[in-house]
Amino acid sequence: MAERVGMLIDTSTCIGCKACGVACKEWNELPMAPEDKVEFKGLSYDNQGHLSDTNWRHVKFIEQFNEDRSDSRWLFLSDSCKHCQQAGCMEVCPTNAIIRTEFDTVFIDHDTCIGCRYCVTGCPFGVIQVSDIKGTAQKCTLCYDRLQVGEQPACAQACPTDCIEFGEVDSLMKLAEGREKLLKSQGYDNVRIYGKSDILGGLNVFYLLLDKPDVYGLPENPQLPQKNMMKSYTFSIAGMVATGVLALLAFRSRRMSHKADADQDQDKAV
Amino acid sequence: MPGLGTSFGRGGATQTPRDMAESDCIVIMGSNFAENHPVGFRWVLRARDKGARVIHIDPRFTRTSAMATDYVPMRSGTDIVFLGALIHYVLTNEKYFKEYVVNYTNAPFIVKDTFKDTEDLEGLFSGFDANKKSYDQSLWDFEREEVKLPDAEPKTLSDKIAYATKKGRPKTDPTLQHPRSVFQILKRHFSRYTPEMVEEVCGTPKDKFLMVADALAKNSGRERTSSFAYAMGWTQHTVGVQMIRTAGILQSLLGNMGRPGGGIMALRGHANVQGATDLPTLWDTLPGYLQMPIILRKHDTLTDYLKTESKPTGWWVNTPKYMISLLKAWYGDAATDKNDFGYDYLPKRIKNHSHYNMFKDMYEGKVKGFFCMGQNPAAGGQNATFHRKAMAKLDWMVVRDPFQTETATFWKEAPEVVSGEVKPEDIKTEIFFFPSAVFAETDGSFTNTNRMLQWKEKAADPPGECRSDTHFTYELGVLLKKLYKDSTLDRDWPIKNLTWEHYAPNPNDGWKVHEPNSHAILKEINGYTVKDKKNLASFLELKDDGSTAAGAWIYTGVMPDEHTNKAAARKGDDYLSLGWGFCWPANRHIMYNRASADLQGRPWSERKKLVWWDETQKKWVGKDVPDFAAAKAPTAKAKDEGIGLDFHSGSDPFIMHPDGRVQIFGALADGPLPTHYEPVDTPIKNMLYKQQHNPAAIYFNIDKNKIHGIGNDKYPYVMTTYRLTEHHLSGPMTRWLPWLAELQPELFLEISPELAGELKIKTGDWVTVETERGKAEARALVTRRLQPLKHGGKIIHEVGMPIHWGYAGIAKGSSINELTLMVGDPNVTIHESKAFTVNVRKGRIRQEV
Repeated sequence: MAERVGMLIDTSTCIGCKACGVACKEWNELPMAPEDKVEFKGLSYDNQGHLSDTNWRHVKFIEQFNEDRSDSRWLFLSDSCKHCQQAGCMEVCPTNAIIRTEFDTVFIDHDTCIGCRYCVTGCPFGVIQVSDIKGTAQKCTLCYDRLQVGEQPACAQACPTDCIEFGEVDSLMKLAEGREKLLKSQGYDNVRIYGKSDILGGLNVFYLLLDKPDVYGLPENPQLPQKNMMKSYTFSIAGMVATGVLALLAFRSRRMSHKADADQDQDKAV
Repeated sequence: MPGLGTSFGRGGATQTPRDMAESDCIVIMGSNFAENHPVGFRWVLRARDKGARVIHIDPRFTRTSAMATDYVPMRSGTDIVFLGALIHYVLTNEKYFKEYVVNYTNAPFIVKDTFKDTEDLEGLFSGFDANKKSYDQSLWDFEREEVKLPDAEPKTLSDKIAYATKKGRPKTDPTLQHPRSVFQILKRHFSRYTPEMVEEVCGTPKDKFLMVADALAKNSGRERTSSFAYAMGWTQHTVGVQMIRTAGILQSLLGNMGRPGGGIMALRGHANVQGATDLPTLWDTLPGYLQMPIILRKHDTLTDYLKTESKPTGWWVNTPKYMISLLKAWYGDAATDKNDFGYDYLPKRIKNHSHYNMFKDMYEGKVKGFFCMGQNPAAGGQNATFHRKAMAKLDWMVVRDPFQTETATFWKEAPEVVSGEVKPEDIKTEIFFFPSAVFAETDGSFTNTNRMLQWKEKAADPPGECRSDTHFTYELGVLLKKLYKDSTLDRDWPIKNLTWEHYAPNPNDGWKVHEPNSHAILKEINGYTVKDKKNLASFLELKDDGSTAAGAWIYTGVMPDEHTNKAAARKGDDYLSLGWGFCWPANRHIMYNRASADLQGRPWSERKKLVWWDETQKKWVGKDVPDFAAAKAPTAKAKDEGIGLDFHSGSDPFIMHPDGRVQIFGALADGPLPTHYEPVDTPIKNMLYKQQHNPAAIYFNIDKNKIHGIGNDKYPYVMTTYRLTEHHLSGPMTRWLPWLAELQPELFLEISPELAGELKIKTGDWVTVETERGKAEARALVTRRLQPLKHGGKIIHEVGMPIHWGYAGIAKGSSINELTLMVGDPNVTIHESKAFTVNVRKGRIRQEV
């Protein structure tokens, strides 16, 4: 593995300009949403709604004003695939079309993707959508083609305020910790880093948030898909099925987390 | 332009966005910096990270407010009250920078007793002619010493002109106590601009106003600097120029001009707006801010013109050099001292020919043909219906744009055509649509918001028949010159003699589409010696005897020799990056930077050092190119008999002005000091004066251009208009692009939940907005980012709409200019789209609810 690269999304400097999304579409040749879906949505300044097969990047607009406006803020978050260390999409893909690249990013190989949609449910962030036209699963590649020729992703290149910072994850984490400290000293008491190793083993694309993740619509404690499966099986089957089944599942779960841990150790070694 | 020019000498932004990172406090007012200038805004964030206060004062909570440390609400159109109250605060609490004010501004000057203030005349100054709606500005002059002239005989034409027009030095009182000193007049003028008045007129809570005042006072002085940023939120008012003036006065009192992190950042709304006024596309100036001749002033001959327009003292003593060099650049060898260098052939203005008057003339059948390039009046013109009616009276019109704009298709797609009110066959205008190339398909330069020329190279041939505006204009010139080649009529002299051939494209430039020679154009703008065509390195080399040529003197130095194009230089560093591009004038990044040092030429403080006098080298040195005579010592005495810069001392930093100082008191068409007048459409009467509106405002008595006046019950809400990051202007460059169209696909109305509740409107509902001018329909966006404000006992609701839509393109919608009014500020004839009144009702235009 060359290096573990990713991006820091610093919401304290995001101005909600959407240049990242436009640069993404331009570089990756993603079309405008279907014409009947292009309309005023009334979601603050967001008319795209969510990440999708044609929106690999999406800027969220969160307006929070109390009635007399004494407590008022408008938050922006440029969202995309997080390129998780423990990637749910990868785990559930039956054809191994989702691979980890030499940059430690998560990439969907369209030649082997069969459009089964398992990854869509496997992603705890709702990042992936299957394109009706292409028939394959679509998401951010962290501009894999640009990385291969030594360029940074298009979004990071276009960002006018350097709110999207591309680089080696460890040094980005140091940058984020410095920013966190600075912002705390300036009175942003709730500032935090989202995506350290406690979240799915670490997110290669991680965030500096000004408040709790749920304010930004991010899950506090995202789970891998098999953990969700375990929970639902427990509810429906626990009463009638033998403990052997449970044991089997538990075994599988442990194996997977071991695998992830092993992957992480391997990263450190590299 | 005159807002800054009257105060400081030049109309350009006084600092650069990069320099804003050095500010301790940034006040953004009349601008949505983050949304409309996102690239420059990074420096504001840099300042904020370093601990600076970032204060956004605006009727709406915008993406800029979201990034600011403080947001302060206000009603549109009341900026002079807010800023005037800051001046009042600074004066009464003695927070001004006294040494700076006494020595670098005209505060100690004594005004003649013929001047009467708005305090004496209920909102008017002395000299107002109610019939002409204009002032006699001679009543506002200073008391002056006797005129003194040098002993030596004048040598050059410039000297002769200066001797003939020299004025005496203004009398001063450095103690600032004389009752007619500018300082005392200022104090009295703004005495009624109190925090209580701010609350009543602007609707801003008093404590928020005082927070701003305190932040500015604490972050100004020797050790700290504050800067202001503004854009169309200040310009687009009938008192827009005076809003900028108010900030100029305030910043001068605080001693923030010409210093690092200080100044006034005029944010231009387009990549090349600064360039377009420098060169210019304006109706009243020639390149380099020389006046376009007009019959209303003594401009009969070149000498008359120069006597009227050049200034005997200060930098403009050089006007003859710049004007004659311009004529030499245009008419070449045909321009000689025998024919006044072709001056007589320049068209003379006969009246105000601004955009609105041109369209009025068009409507009245006086204009037969129209080239519409880089403009979209059918959607972007105030009172757009009138603009379309006017264009329908033309014989022919050429529209050049990358897409078929509303202006190109109004004859078949305008609302009045769709409704059947107007039939296409009744529109006689023959329209020629020429698809234009876009910026990456041609070489050239942009002059950005901080006066910096940056060169860009052609990256691709334009598709099909698309051609650049330069290409079109050049070819048109070639054809016209051919047509007039054999004419013996004197009137055809300018077209026959216009220098043109040197622009010819190079057929071996490696492209399929050959553009005119952009380097030849740049060289002409830069200037050269007539005899051997040698490039000039500085405007100091320009002469008034016809031996030099220069298309725009302020750009001289951008191409100092045949092989150097400084606009293409790309050497950056961690501060001003003097090796990147070329900032006019003379690559000075922070204008008036002599003021960053004290009287003795020492920096006011170590923390804020920029340019200072080096006694060993006997010259000004520092981080920027000094905006001052390079070797003039700070101790140099002013010469009362001197002309040009000799009249100034070594501590007079504002070299463009006759007296070398900030004009706190400075004549404009609507007065020498800013005064609050209500917009022409306003919900409440003027709380400060009997005079309600700008007395010198320009009105257009045309069809369906009715003003709502004061407190019109039919139109109870204040409307403000603005841009979004996702679109540009009336949308010709963005609404046709799918990636941008989907980001903001429809026109919307921003409305507070309080007003929306009263009108039973929910987010997503269709609403119709109405004025006497027309109607527009939009989707409602109910948001607390807008808020009702209390003005005394009265609640006033403000709503807002972005300006970008029209009936063509991918993202279609009503143009808000169906609602706006044609009215003009008296200095630059700009409209008042930032503050007018409307009615809002639920439902679409053709579906009453």
